Amino acid sequence: MKISLGKWLLPLYTVLALIFLMVPIVYTFVFSFNDSLKSNITWRGFTFDKWLNVCQVQNGAVCEAFGNSILIGVVATVAATTLGTMIAIALVRYRFRFRSQTSLLLFLPMATPEVVLGAGLAAQFLSLGVPKDMSTIILAHTMFCISFVVVTVKARVASLDPALEEAGRDLYGSATQVFARITFPLLLPGILAAALLSFALSFDDFIITNFNSGAVTTFPKYIYVSAARGIPAEANVIASAVFIFALVIVVTAQVSRAAKEKRLAKLG
Amino acid sequence: MAFAAFSTSTTAPEPAPRRKSPIALLLLLPGILYLVLFFLAPLVSLLLTSFQAPSEFGDVGQYSYAFRWENYVDVITAYWPHIMRSFGYALIATLLALVFSYPLAYFIGVKARPWPLLQSLMLVLVIAPFFISFLLRTLAWKQLLSDESFVITSLKALSLLAPDAHFTGTAFAVIFGLTYNFIPFMTLPLYTTLERLDLRYLEAGSDLYAHPFDVFRKITIPLSMPGIVAGTLLTFIPAAGDYINASRDFLGGPDTQMIGNVIEANFLVLQNYPAAAALSIILMSVILVIVSVYVKRSGTEELL
Repeated sequence: MKISLGKWLLPLYTVLALIFLMVPIVYTFVFSFNDSLKSNITWRGFTFDKWLNVCQVQNGAVCEAFGNSILIGVVATVAATTLGTMIAIALVRYRFRFRSQTSLLLFLPMATPEVVLGAGLAAQFLSLGVPKDMSTIILAHTMFCISFVVVTVKARVASLDPALEEAGRDLYGSATQVFARITFPLLLPGILAAALLSFALSFDDFIITNFNSGAVTTFPKYIYVSAARGIPAEANVIASAVFIFALVIVVTAQVSRAAKEKRLAKLG
Repeated sequence: MAFAAFSTSTTAPEPAPRRKSPIALLLLLPGILYLVLFFLAPLVSLLLTSFQAPSEFGDVGQYSYAFRWENYVDVITAYWPHIMRSFGYALIATLLALVFSYPLAYFIGVKARPWPLLQSLMLVLVIAPFFISFLLRTLAWKQLLSDESFVITSLKALSLLAPDAHFTGTAFAVIFGLTYNFIPFMTLPLYTTLERLDLRYLEAGSDLYAHPFDVFRKITIPLSMPGIVAGTLLTFIPAAGDYINASRDFLGGPDTQMIGNVIEANFLVLQNYPAAAALSIILMSVILVIVSVYVKRSGTEELL
């Protein structure tokens, strides 16, 4: 009997590959229930304690770092999403000079290793005598998020039917009305996707943050600094909670998109 | 196209007629100015810093502007192994990620087409590692690969591993970590191209009595080239500059330090800013050469 590659070998491989990808996630989740002492390496028994008292350890250092990461993520996301969306609209809708140079400038930050972005900004702040604190982290995060926002929103602008806006103008809608009531609502899914991506990039960034944070601790930086002496299980709790939260958002988005496509298919 | 792999839309409709308008400038200016100030200017200050010389009567970490090109000679002689190691590790990790991801992306993008829900579920699983902290998932591997972990001890008990086998702190562990961490960057662009692969070309190949292997080699691979190029770039760039996996507190050891580790140490610990800057410029230049080869292939308009 001939063994067909696609028949069972490929599905089996896919299942094993996906399980392999899940290993560190499951590990982190399981060890958030470990009744550990200072470091969280050996299994000492099951407990809900760490989930219930996340902020108790080290006078709440984990939670403070987490709070900083949320604050930085939100501010950088709002800034990058605003700037990036404006660029995306201009790129799709308008003709202008230096177009290819603009594209290159938007592409390069994504192609630059993070360590170069981080060291470059740090060198600039150093030569200007700018002290490193929360605001330098926010400036850095906004910078590397802009390009990703442009890529995400641009696709949405390109798929937008210009006839809808023309209809609005034909019905004597002012430019502001057309934008606020037609263009913006239609772009919203793309803008939200870009904002989520920005927040995820900012929240998990360590390399660029490390160069520009000074004494401020973010969640990834907290893990890096504590790695040598052992990371408390509370860090696993926060990471697991964030994981579940992100998963719920993505699955909800997928399901609602599938439902919408089904509805549209029914309409013919 | 390369980086559009991460975007949500899969259909590229007709481009709308483009107008000239002063509004374009208003829309572009704030963002472009931001990137000039916080992306381009820092690269320039990195370049200037890389030529700085120690101040004559200054303390450690005091430098003044000069044209000390010997900085480059110094860092290349001092850190030659680290530079080579970075690109070597990144290259191996990229190839491993490609070999790992291709069949996975092929199954999700081609074989699973009749079941869209299964497709999106599997895609969520592929990107799921992004939702858990990069540093924690790397530490999880450190603990799973350590000598005392139950995985390693049971493999040794079953004689599947040599009793003196050791992983953490070795090149193996660092390359393993780099591969694992950047697999989604490889799988997603591969999936995006394979998902659009027209299967009739493959049928035509087999109708003309081509061996399945030849169909794969001469039709499937060339047609999925955009995904392969994008995936290798997206994996290689962050892998070459990474310093988490190779860090001593994570998967690395004293003999696995990469260029990122030396940049970090020189900048943040030793306060040898010119050395850190020169190493960054070297890393950036190599990446730019690789990227420009790609730009020549596809043009700047296609990049986004």
